[in-house]
Order: sequence, then structure tokens, then C-alpha cells
Amino acid sequence: MAQVDQAQLFEFLCRMGDNTLVLGHRVSEWCGLAPVLEEDIALANTALDLIGQTQMWLGLAGEVEGKGRSADDLAMLRDVWDFRNVLLVEQPNGDFGQTMMRQFLFDAWHLAVLTALAESSNDRIAAIAAKAVKEVQYHVERSGDTVIGLGDGTSESHQRMQKALNLLWPYVGEMFVTDAVDDAMAKAGIAPDLATLRAAFDTHVGGILTEATLTIPDGKFTHKGGKTGFQHSEHLGHMLTQMQWLQRAYPGATW
Amino acid sequence: MKPAAEEIWDWLDAVPDPEIPVISVVDLGIVREVNWDGDTLEVAVTPTYSGCPATSVISMDIETALHDRGIRDVRIKTQISPPWTTDWLSEKGRAKLMDYGIAPPRAAGGPDCCPRCKSTNVTRISQFGSTPCKAQWRCADCLEPFDYFKCI
Ligand SMILES: [Zn+2]
Repeated sequence: MAQVDQAQLFEFLCRMGDNTLVLGHRVSEWCGLAPVLEEDIALANTALDLIGQTQMWLGLAGEVEGKGRSADDLAMLRDVWDFRNVLLVEQPNGDFGQTMMRQFLFDAWHLAVLTALAESSNDRIAAIAAKAVKEVQYHVERSGDTVIGLGDGTSESHQRMQKALNLLWPYVGEMFVTDAVDDAMAKAGIAPDLATLRAAFDTHVGGILTEATLTIPDGKFTHKGGKTGFQHSEHLGHMLTQMQWLQRAYPGATW
Repeated sequence: MKPAAEEIWDWLDAVPDPEIPVISVVDLGIVREVNWDGDTLEVAVTPTYSGCPATSVISMDIETALHDRGIRDVRIKTQISPPWTTDWLSEKGRAKLMDYGIAPPRAAGGPDCCPRCKSTNVTRISQFGSTPCKAQWRCADCLEPFDYFKCI
């Protein structure tokens, strides 16, 4: 196993775990509210998979950090500035179409990253990725089908999906932006060079969006600052007040 | 005297899956290894889905069943690699699922036939179902919805 700076490895694992944690929580906000029962169940199951994956990523992060913090400690007791998720996943649910567009854009990236991570030089990371990728194949199949169904649906659903794409597309770039942490992981064979995944992502996503009769907006502007923790959007703090409420109000509470 | 591994496997085959009690945890293929480490019995369990809430219940049920058989020291080892696959479902388990009304997994990605009337005229309602391991399908002949155990 290649040697790598443990603080950087911790950072990388938090990024993986915070993406799934924040998106998992966002998706769980739909529980009991989705437009039809089948979609409610599908959303809840997707959220459950993501939270399960979080447990593995943040569990390993806590071990690497070596300060005795568990996955729960990392999830429930850190503040906004310590979160390392990309800005896309913390964006509010909006309507069902916006939720599914956010899901699809993340799923397509997630699938590509996990497929590569399953070959990681770090055995623990490879094992988590090999497990998670099986679940994410189902996520992307459903989110892609739904984007097509709604995009190429009624004029109302089409217009809403185009609006969701216009809103969320500027968040895609951050998933491929690299920094010193990514470079160190790539050099050690722990994680792929994210830039190399972009072409296949564009082909996959572009194909689905074309089938959905949707148009990728012009412009190269990318919102960023989530994965480095430099600046989250205002939405994450509001989400954490809900997600962390119980552990904050009753420290140490257990089932 | 320590019971032999074969006998322990039989005991575990009597522990029902908490969500689909017609099959055992052994039928489900999640018990991977049973080994004695001194006087401690180590049982390797592979979770089905990352977030499956049944996983911790299953570990508890396995421990309880082994304690009831007089084994005092049990250690459950969670083993995620290689990841669980529906290929590990036993033949006995597949047949029991069908009888119970849940179509067993198939590499083709969908059920062979409706578990009630055996019609092959079936359509998918959703990739997801009442538990992480299932999808929802519907029979176009008897018109009943049914669960399909997803292939992963
Ligand atoms: Zn039928």
C-alpha cells in the first residue's frame, strides 16, 4: 500500500463521506412527502444506501484520524466549516424534478468515481467502493430514467426539468476540480485523477439529457468551495440544524 | 467440547432473516465463515446493503441463537469484501422466496414469472421496494403487484 499523508487521506475520506451524508439527509427529507408511494419508497431507499455508505467512509476517516472519533461523531458533532461535501448535494430539494436532476448529476459522477475507487491501492477503500458501486448502479438507472421521463414528458414537466438543469449545472464543475489532496491521492494510486473522468461523464450525462430533450446551459461558471470547506452555501447550516438537532440538544443520547 | 463447524452451520440455518422470515441467514448467504479462535466462535457476516437496518438485528439474532446453544463467547466480524451478491442465495432459499410470493433474483434483471399465477407477462413498477433488497413488479394477468428480489 502506497504511503500517503494521513491528514490528506482523512480529508479525502471526509469528502466521500460528507457527499453521501449530506445528499442522504437531503433525500430523506422527502420521506412521506413524495408525489407517489413508489417514488417515496425509492427515495427513502436511496437515502438509506447513502447513509449506509457514509457509515463506512466516515468510520474509516475516524480510524485514519486516530483521535477516537466515530462516524457518528463526525456526522453529528462537526460544524458547517468542517464539512467537505460538494455544493451540489447541499442544495435544497426544490420540487421533485429538481431533486431528481440533482440526484442524476451526482449519481453519474458517483458511479464513475466508485468504479475507479474499486481498484484503489488502499484495500479498505477498494472494498467500500466495490460495495457501494452496486447500489449506485441502481440509483443512476432510476435517476436517469426519471430525468428522461420528466424532461421528455409534458410541457410543464419539461419546463421544470430545464429550469432545474439551468440551476444545478453550474455546480457540476466542482465535482471535477482538483487540489493538493486529490493530487496526493492520485499519485498514491488511492483515487483516480478526477479530470480523467470528465469526458466519460459528459458523454453519459449528455446522452441522457439529449434523450430527455433538455439543453445544457451555456457558460463555464462553476460554484465551488464546498469540498475544500472554503465556503459552503447558506443552505448547509440550515440543514445541519435539523440533522444534528438531537445530538446537540441531548449530547450523547443513544437508542 | 466445542461443537463442530458443520453443526454450527445447521444451527445458523435455523436463524430467520428478520425481514423475510421464510429464509434463514444462511440461505441469504450473509454468513461467510464460522471459525473457532480459542474458545471464541468467530462468525463472519457480510451485509446485504450498506444501509440495511436489518444487519445489526441479524448480528444480534446470530449471537442470541449461539448463546442459546451454549456457546458463550461469540464474536461477529463484519466483512464487506468481497461484497455480498445475490449469487450467494441458496437454492433452498430461492424456492422458499417463490413460495412466499417474492420472485427470486435472476441475472436477466427481472423475475422469471409472477409468484402467484406463474404468468410471464410481468412489468416493473419501480427499481425499489419495501426493503433495500427488493423491487416492485406487477403481473399483467392476475393484476397483483409483487416483490422481486433484486440481483446485485
Ligand atoms: Zn400473476
